[in-house]
Amino acid sequence: MLGKLDWSAIPFDQPIPLIAGAVVLVGILAVLAWVVVKGHLPYLWHEWITSVDHKRIGVMYILLASVMLLRGGSDAIMMRIQQAVAYQSQGYLPPEHYNQIFSAHGTIMIFFVAMPFVIGLMNLIVPLQLGVRDVAFPTLNSVGFWLTATGALLVNLSLVIGEFARTGWLAFPPLSELSYSPGVGVDYYAWSLQISGVGTLVAGINLVTTVLKLRTKGMNYLRMPMFCWTTLASNLLIVAAFPILTATLAMLLLDRYLGFHFFTNEAGGNVMMFMNLIWAWGHPEVYILVLPAFGIFSEVVSTFSGKALFGYRSMVLATMAICVISFMVWLHHFFTMGAGPDVNAIFGIASMIIAIPTGVKIYNWLFTMYGGRIRFETPMLWSIGFMVTFIIGGLTGVLVAVPPADFILHNSMFLVAHFHNVIIGGVLFGAFAGFEYWFPKAFGFRLDERWGKLAFWFTFLGFYVTFIPLYVAGMLGMTRRMQHYDVAAWRPWMLVAAAGMAVLTIGVICQIVQLVVSIRNREALRDRTGDPWDGRSLEWATSSPPPVFNFAFNPDVRGEDAYWDMKARAQQQSLEHGGPEYQDIEMPRNSPTGFVCAFFATIMGFALIWHIWWMVILGGIGAFATFVVFAWRDHDEYVIPAEEVAAIDRVNLEERRSLVSMAGTV
Amino acid sequence: MNLLDPQGPVAAANSTILVDSVFIMLAIVVPTIFAILAFAFWFRASNPKAKFQPDFVYSGRVEMVVWAIPALTVILLGGVAWIGSHQLDPAAPVPGTGSPVRIQAVSLDWKWLFIYPDQRIATVNTLTVPAGAELNFQLTSSSVMNTFFIPQLGSMIYTMNGMVTKLNLRADNEGKLQGLSAHFSGDGFPDMMFDVNVISPLAFPDWVATTAKSDAVLNEDSYKKLMQQGIEKGRPTYRLDDPRLFDLIATQHIPPGPGPELASEAGRSHSGGHDAR
Repeated sequence: MLGKLDWSAIPFDQPIPLIAGAVVLVGILAVLAWVVVKGHLPYLWHEWITSVDHKRIGVMYILLASVMLLRGGSDAIMMRIQQAVAYQSQGYLPPEHYNQIFSAHGTIMIFFVAMPFVIGLMNLIVPLQLGVRDVAFPTLNSVGFWLTATGALLVNLSLVIGEFARTGWLAFPPLSELSYSPGVGVDYYAWSLQISGVGTLVAGINLVTTVLKLRTKGMNYLRMPMFCWTTLASNLLIVAAFPILTATLAMLLLDRYLGFHFFTNEAGGNVMMFMNLIWAWGHPEVYILVLPAFGIFSEVVSTFSGKALFGYRSMVLATMAICVISFMVWLHHFFTMGAGPDVNAIFGIASMIIAIPTGVKIYNWLFTMYGGRIRFETPMLWSIGFMVTFIIGGLTGVLVAVPPADFILHNSMFLVAHFHNVIIGGVLFGAFAGFEYWFPKAFGFRLDERWGKLAFWFTFLGFYVTFIPLYVAGMLGMTRRMQHYDVAAWRPWMLVAAAGMAVLTIGVICQIVQLVVSIRNREALRDRTGDPWDGRSLEWATSSPPPVFNFAFNPDVRGEDAYWDMKARAQQQSLEHGGPEYQDIEMPRNSPTGFVCAFFATIMGFALIWHIWWMVILGGIGAFATFVVFAWRDHDEYVIPAEEVAAIDRVNLEERRSLVSMAGTV
Repeated sequence: MNLLDPQGPVAAANSTILVDSVFIMLAIVVPTIFAILAFAFWFRASNPKAKFQPDFVYSGRVEMVVWAIPALTVILLGGVAWIGSHQLDPAAPVPGTGSPVRIQAVSLDWKWLFIYPDQRIATVNTLTVPAGAELNFQLTSSSVMNTFFIPQLGSMIYTMNGMVTKLNLRADNEGKLQGLSAHFSGDGFPDMMFDVNVISPLAFPDWVATTAKSDAVLNEDSYKKLMQQGIEKGRPTYRLDDPRLFDLIATQHIPPGPGPELASEAGRSHSGGHDAR
């Protein structure tokens, strides 16, 4: 009846996951109870859960990423403590638990923190920057988000029901095959990623289409803000790379469920094929994450320097070059597999070539600052912190792209330090910069600067104190994923890294405090102009938060930095002409399709993991039926009458009239 | 296990390339970081002396330079990578004094088996080699992937079931080193550290002779016991019964090691192995 599921799946003998699970469960129930008792449920259902508004979906993506950041961060804290204490002892985490933690940490941080954070920011901002009313496929957008949430839910379910993979975040066979990992851990991993992978692919298709097909009048490709370009590049990579991940995991699942032999030791299975395929997705994935971050920094550095981006065309070229070359370097993840020197050298050099456009980007940001009037508000701090940190990560990255150096650094703590250096210093700093920068746009009030700066400094310093020791440990021969060790030389560095983790944790706490303080002081921090930073692109041309239709009139773009241009010429038509002709606006109707579809996908995923076949069929039929019902819909749009548009827009105009006239005199 | 304290020519070359590459890049990276901080400081909004140039958004000359700097660095490093990859190909022999020593390493769950086919002996978790001699390793795995790595001797290489990888090293100085697996392989992974005893070439034949007198014999049966999942705290040594044992493992004539539960299931078929190269 319930497949492999029975009471033994609940780890009654392991207090840590059980207590953590119980705390989370109580937390969720408490929030749910509060929502129901206070009568917020209809609001949540109509305004958020079923919303197809790209801004709402973007915010939900970022919320998911933030919650998962706490989960992944807790894993990180546990790992740092384990390696600090497990010198000549077993530490406090047995191997079967420690191995789950580092696997979950990697999986969560990449798939459920970094990905939803950048996709959320792209969702929130790109249609605004393009001057349009929504993304290309609003309901599909909602489906994509909820499927990502399903994946996150399944990963967290493994904490209390069953186990997570103990194989590392890429689940290399043959270790991940049934013979060596007979438990449900790898199945949790693979099905979570299959389901959320569909969500990511959907988001990618949606955003590519949006950038290619929905741009406001005059928004040529070479007038798009840099963030739109990096969004395009990143989502092209998603569309090209995620099917590889899906196919690879499908093959692994066929091995595990139906006795296939794609990657087994026996019957001609080939583990080297898995290595190639997973990294053919895995390397572009790195750029899927970091390209949007580059876009964010481009926006922030330009805005806070009070200048247009230096070398815009160069930046576009560099972005697209990275997009293409990132597909040609995957082999550098396994130079040590025994490929010949020609193959290794070619892939090593190809990997270094990516450093050229990346270096160009750094220099262009540098020259954007040159001659600027730099304001050191929180987003700018994250950007400068990024530039300094990312260069160091780039250096160590190029170093491990040199095959003979990689022969002694591969899989070491040096490598661990390198990819944290680029992912924290690049993607996470970028996500935080974007969060601070666009928060006022999403919610209509700024974040508290003092706590924001504290968060930056603690995170920045904490990063160095944590990861420089890991570089050193790598130089001392320490390899990754050690549950315990006996080498005295590694010990002090593990202790310093643990201390660094404490500093990082303070940084995260400051971030949370910042959010709480800002919400409490929101009236004082209110942004009535819609343009709190003296911005340059179109998202600042509308109110904060923007109305559901974003713009009462589709803006007419005459050059790069569209809004700056309008402000400088005081030429915004709606301001010039006193009473413009407002028109009815058609907007897509909210739809529960995404939520219901994900609900059935969750059931199906859980049932697949536990081999509960009747439930698999139930979930599958449910998800399919949801699609059919949606496909048969009669009305998918509703009309906002011109009077309502006018009423909303006039309020906005009053607020910013003074601002624009001021900016016009500059 | 310090990578910057190499004990053989391969490790020395690896670490030289590592250090050289770092210095080549630092020549660019340090000024760039300095420029970032300096520009950010000088062009702060509160500095009245800084000249505001909002129209400085394109300069062909600057663009030339910013594309050229990373490009030139990469051309230089690309050369290092190309030459280094060829000179330090793990499969290329490393000449030494005396006759080369052939060693066949097998990663087991979770220990290392070292077979000396010419000496007809085998050891677990201890690798004993003569200083200065050419060491030819052939490597495979009994089950999951691992990586054979002695940090102070240089270059690591994967071990994979049904395949043979090649590695050539040389240890120049007598002494004790440590090796490990550098690819996660399951619960016993951290206990896959092994000792490396580099002894004098004169003492090596004596060590071989002593080991050959060992009571334990390594044959197919004792190998199958050894490959069961578990951690080996001791340092057992064996007489080698059949010098072709490694080939039997690598070609899967001895089926892959069992996992935690499905011992009888594992290795139903005996398909031939592939060569990793």
